[in-house]
Amino acid sequence: MSQVLQIAKQQFMEPAGLTEGDLDRVLGGLMGPGIDGGDLYFQLTRHESWSLEDGIVKDGSYNIEQGVGVRALSGDKTGFAYSDDIRMPTLLEASSAARAIARAATSGTAAMRRDQAGHSLYAPLDPLATLDEQAKIDLLHRVDAEARRLDPRVSQVMVSLNGVHEVIMVANTDGTLAADVRPLVRLNVNVIVEGKGGRREQASSGGGGRSGYEFFLDEERALGYAREAVRQALVNLEAVDAPAGTLTVVLGPGWPGVLLHEAVGHGLEGDFNRKGTSAFSGRIGQQVASPGVTVVDDGTLAGRRGSLNVDDEGIPTQCTTLIENGVLRGFMQDRLNARLMGVPTTGNGRRESYAHLPMPRMTNTYMLAGEHDPGEILESVKNGLYAVNFGGGQVDITSGKFVFSASEAYLIENGRVTRPVKGATLIGNGPEVLTRVSMVGNDLKLDAGVGTCGKDGQSVPVGVGQPTLKVDGLTVGGTST
Amino acid sequence: MTAIQALPRDQQTMESIVEQMLDEARKAGASSAEAAASNDLGLSVNVRLGEVETLEHHKDQGVAITVYFGQRKGTASTSDLAPQALREAVQAACRIARYTAEDSCAGLADPALMAKDWPDLDLDHPWDLSVEHAIELARACEATAREFDARIINSEGASTNTMRGMAVYGNSHGFLGAYTGTRHSLSCSVVAADEQGMQRDYWYSVARDPAALESPEAVGREAARRAVRRLGGRRLTTRQCPAIYVPEMARSLIGHFVGAVRGGALYRKASFLVDALGQSVFPDFVRIHEQPHLPGALGSVPFDSEGVATRPRDLVTGGVLQGYVLDSYSARKLGMTTTGNAGGVHNLTIEPGEQDLDDLIRTLGTGLLVTELIGHGINLVTGDYSRGAAGFWVENGEIAYPVEEITVAGNLRQLLKGIQAVGRDVNVNGNIRTGSLLLEQVTVAGE
Repeated sequence: MSQVLQIAKQQFMEPAGLTEGDLDRVLGGLMGPGIDGGDLYFQLTRHESWSLEDGIVKDGSYNIEQGVGVRALSGDKTGFAYSDDIRMPTLLEASSAARAIARAATSGTAAMRRDQAGHSLYAPLDPLATLDEQAKIDLLHRVDAEARRLDPRVSQVMVSLNGVHEVIMVANTDGTLAADVRPLVRLNVNVIVEGKGGRREQASSGGGGRSGYEFFLDEERALGYAREAVRQALVNLEAVDAPAGTLTVVLGPGWPGVLLHEAVGHGLEGDFNRKGTSAFSGRIGQQVASPGVTVVDDGTLAGRRGSLNVDDEGIPTQCTTLIENGVLRGFMQDRLNARLMGVPTTGNGRRESYAHLPMPRMTNTYMLAGEHDPGEILESVKNGLYAVNFGGGQVDITSGKFVFSASEAYLIENGRVTRPVKGATLIGNGPEVLTRVSMVGNDLKLDAGVGTCGKDGQSVPVGVGQPTLKVDGLTVGGTST
Repeated sequence: MTAIQALPRDQQTMESIVEQMLDEARKAGASSAEAAASNDLGLSVNVRLGEVETLEHHKDQGVAITVYFGQRKGTASTSDLAPQALREAVQAACRIARYTAEDSCAGLADPALMAKDWPDLDLDHPWDLSVEHAIELARACEATAREFDARIINSEGASTNTMRGMAVYGNSHGFLGAYTGTRHSLSCSVVAADEQGMQRDYWYSVARDPAALESPEAVGREAARRAVRRLGGRRLTTRQCPAIYVPEMARSLIGHFVGAVRGGALYRKASFLVDALGQSVFPDFVRIHEQPHLPGALGSVPFDSEGVATRPRDLVTGGVLQGYVLDSYSARKLGMTTTGNAGGVHNLTIEPGEQDLDDLIRTLGTGLLVTELIGHGINLVTGDYSRGAAGFWVENGEIAYPVEEITVAGNLRQLLKGIQAVGRDVNVNGNIRTGSLLLEQVTVAGE
């Protein structure tokens, strides 16, 4: 038995006095005529947060949640119940509520159990215990001091440190028993600067991943976030109004990959495509991007924020090619949608918690590197926008229209990066935008580990990445006409 | 299946959980403490293409404790209400408070401000809804939408939701308050298509009393009407023009205003409305007020999340900012008194004008009718505003054609000051109640 499975059984089964026979009984009770399958999802999350402002650590919080979600699937129907109580009577009650979806009268039996091993992309550790409390406080103070040291115009610094210790175990009626221990840490710095005439601007920076807090101490990473936030805020103090209209846009490497997440990622999730509500529905094999553009969703990158050893349905994650050399190749699937579409699962079944249903979600979505030097890309633009940092984005899956908001951008004039411009929203059409990619840089970079994706009210951590990209024609929503 | 009526734990049990935690905190040496507990039960059903897609039984509970040792603070929460878990949560909060710094503004709200007695706000209307009936309602809703027009070719389904929840709050001033409320909704989302492509839109109705919900047929019809009318969308060239925000979009604009007058943004100077108290933020005909005791309304509460009595008040009168949105912490940071807004505003209402949407469109003459906004391009520090939009181009007081893939931009300070009329088409599906807003000018970016 794997180490993570042992940890999970100790967490969920031993205190509740549950045996493997009990799991079989609950799963057997879920099965029956008209039921295609079901699962039990046990989850523990322990979350802590520390925050500094005005130079002092004002707030600390600790949250603990544990529970089990019980799901029964019948065709394309799902019955679902959950409880924070992991004892046998509650499990049977939840299972009976969930299976009511199929109106099954008699129970069946679950398949023979087999342990599903996952990847080892991160250590099964409790990140909350990787630094003592005083060291966490000291880390926040060092970040604050660094930001204030850099420039007298820094008027406010807010730093937050978050750690999550998550243990999950999935038992499926097909026999799968899988577990995962998922550390997740994040540090964020937000600064406000005040310049001439009382003009104020802000900027944020941060990062994290699936590791302990020592991640932030390596190579002074945390201090690097402070430097980056101050740099961006000072750039924004000088920014002029952004242009309004359709321009050639050069996107920087790394986090601007949020473009891919919004423009194509969501539209390639299996549920929308099974239902035929995505602008990409029925377009497998078609050219949806320029030749040379390859986009993957990869849940197997070591230590990344969007990575998982197994997904929330107990299936090992994989690297799925979504677009290959411009041609649409595949979708991201969970068990339900893969079965209904008659295709293999891809390890993209994710859920926010035991109290939510899984659905196809992204992990780390990025574009592979091309051949152009980033400098060469910028030089090729006569008039355009160079956008290097972004806030969030959003997409309308059905019409394909997507937006993402630049938080640091510059004008490109005659091949040279000139004045900084204020933040602006960029809008485009998902199935079309990648066909306008005319140059792909050789500088693929993944984001620093800050992404959170929302879908149907459920949030999950994700990653994005891309090399420098030139897009011939994106609409820039500034105010300068 | 039984209806969502009896909560898993009664009020007395929940109150004793809160008292127990406060007691534990006192024993652990905390100089003051506050605790909040909740207990919810719900059912949601989604029907797609006539068949049940998901049936979810919801049962959630949780408790949070904040302890103060002098002016050092620690917070912990748990979903486990067993006595041992409650003790551990208190211990975790106390441990945290050993490491946080003295903060001269930290602490409970002033005891004199605690709510003493409150009217029945008519918040609790459990729905005697069987699973079968929930399915029928969702089916009727979706069927109406699908039959509305031959161009409705697909559906994301219709949902019926019902929820009943209890909230209890207590603190070491001796305050202990509880209220139970319900929230029910019907929603529908469908896809229309023509040769140019697909468009999706939705509609919903939400209320505390199921009798106040729009009928399934009305919700379905509106969802379909909205999806179909988006077909054939064009882009616009880049321009400046006046605009109308329909109530659902106007709500977000007023939401940004609230974000900018919130205490947390003000004491950090992270707002474009720093020091705007007493200034003319809106044109002089605008009145914005809070109605926390409106019977049966979604945003009504007897006390805020610090136990402070809520009371009706004007936030904006004659266009002039009369007050901020404060909890006790931000109030102390600003040298002011809490406004009873810990946890947010309560039924914030823009006094409606005389014109309905058609009148406003005639008044607009030629400009943009904004029916959808996407993205997060709002900078509350500077007021810079830029979002993706869809809607209709209006010419000579009439809707000419749908538009999409454009952005609307401006600065919030000017956008708010540039409101020229407030419609009487108030939408009450939320905590901010506003009619359509006619704006003097936005920048549209497109082709």
